[in-house]
Amino acid sequence: MTRTEFWQGNTACAEGALAAGCNFFGGYPITPSTEVAEHMALRLPKKNGVFIQMEDELASMAAIIGASWTGARAMTATSGPGFSLMMENIGFAAMTETPCVIVNVQRGGPSTGQPTMGAQGDMMQCRFGSHGDYSVIALCPASVQEMFELTAKAFNLADRYRVPVFLMADEIVGHMREKITVPDSVERVARRELIRGTLPFAAGDDLVPGFATFGKGYGVHVTGLTHDERGYPCTTNVKIHHNLVKRLVDKVENARRDVADFDIINPDAGDVFIAYGAPVRTVQQVLHDNPGRKIGFLRIRTVWPFPDFALGQFKNARRFLVPEMNFGQIAREIERHVRVPVVSIPKLGGDLHLPGELMAALEARL
Amino acid sequence: MRHEVRFSGFGGQGIILSAVILGRAAVMYDDKFAVQTQVYGPEARGGASMSALIIDDEQILFPKVTHPDIYVIMSQEGFEKYGADAPAEAVMVLDSSLVHSRPKCRCYEIPATREAKQTLGRDIVANIVMLGALVKTTGIVNEAALEKAILDSVPKGTEALNTKAMKKGIELAEAAIKAAGQRA
Repeated sequence: MTRTEFWQGNTACAEGALAAGCNFFGGYPITPSTEVAEHMALRLPKKNGVFIQMEDELASMAAIIGASWTGARAMTATSGPGFSLMMENIGFAAMTETPCVIVNVQRGGPSTGQPTMGAQGDMMQCRFGSHGDYSVIALCPASVQEMFELTAKAFNLADRYRVPVFLMADEIVGHMREKITVPDSVERVARRELIRGTLPFAAGDDLVPGFATFGKGYGVHVTGLTHDERGYPCTTNVKIHHNLVKRLVDKVENARRDVADFDIINPDAGDVFIAYGAPVRTVQQVLHDNPGRKIGFLRIRTVWPFPDFALGQFKNARRFLVPEMNFGQIAREIERHVRVPVVSIPKLGGDLHLPGELMAALEARL
Repeated sequence: MRHEVRFSGFGGQGIILSAVILGRAAVMYDDKFAVQTQVYGPEARGGASMSALIIDDEQILFPKVTHPDIYVIMSQEGFEKYGADAPAEAVMVLDSSLVHSRPKCRCYEIPATREAKQTLGRDIVANIVMLGALVKTTGIVNEAALEKAILDSVPKGTEALNTKAMKKGIELAEAAIKAAGQRA
């Protein structure tokens, strides 16, 4: 069963989290993400969940990591400067393999920038923002419907791979209201518990160790220091550090085909758009308005790990056109994987690319 | 058929709520698609407030209003900032008790704030009067859908007042349609 609603994107995000069983929200309100916190503050206590407004974003990130170790499905939501403040503890979550969901409703930066205007300027920060090597999963919604669906999915991915999962939304999808079909229930993938008698940071073939939930009788040490399979600090052993960090990266990168989520339209086309988040909507409009013209489109929902293998499906591509609300962050990632020109179509300031602007890029000479 | 509606007035008149109610009417009770957006930012607090709504029978791809064909204007500053450039083929419903300018396009003059205050006793329902007038003059959603969406959205205890406000808007629109007919 489903029902129809007319919701704001941020409301849909909060409801998607609740549908996925999120029972802990720790955060600090910041435009344009505040409605996520507001809605969770309203709804979580009625579902026996915990909403806590922390003193800042450093603490918010710490709170959801702690909550996750008690077995909670935990999330936070932020934007711009708040996202920057979370970086240190995002690294801690990656190192301790703590499942958690971080919603970033992106606004114009750097610094306090444009609080009320949309952007996609944090795509690289989300991938590489904390120090050291690690990998994460990032999802980009392009509609209110996807604010719901991808938030719910983020919890499953976080539990499956024991990583921080990012919902990299933007002010446009976060604040707009539109029609949404809300399902009665969503798929839930449970976190795999540690098997008693095995080591808490020893992983099998999928490189993801079982989870020793606090309060269930395991004696486990959790640290941001380099640790061995027992969880004990071991900070000068070259091999242990190499193997640990390699596993943190590989468990996500090896799963790139399993977590990939994209659509391919007109794979024979010569001109191929690639988009994620709000600019997807402009590309869809261009394709709709030019039915006779064969325009390729790779529409990406999982931006990290980047689905590089999807690019190869456009065998006749002579160029890739990449509209982003930043100066070409993902265009540069695409360039690493293809031999044909990659045309970045940046737009900053908060306005979505207009269909005419994408048409102009299409008409421009190679 | 895609319609792009732009609402403008000053902060506190319920400009954003108007667009949300109309979008809700279209989506929940009239089997249509709608996308509502708005100007946030500090300029929307004191000065001219603006919200926008797209209503379509088909799924809406590009979500921003770029060429409004319907305007609902509730303040002089709102007219100057968001209504003065209305193209000749557009339709404007304006609150004639607060806006003294007139556009080049077809225009229905609705004394919403004056009527809300004098007849209904509360100027806060002027935006609902305007919604009633908008639906009567444009048929963008059906009246029953609008009424349901209004009742979903207003505080408990104010349902009768808001229904009356909507009916008042419809009545004022009928008079405005007649007046427009006589001018033509």
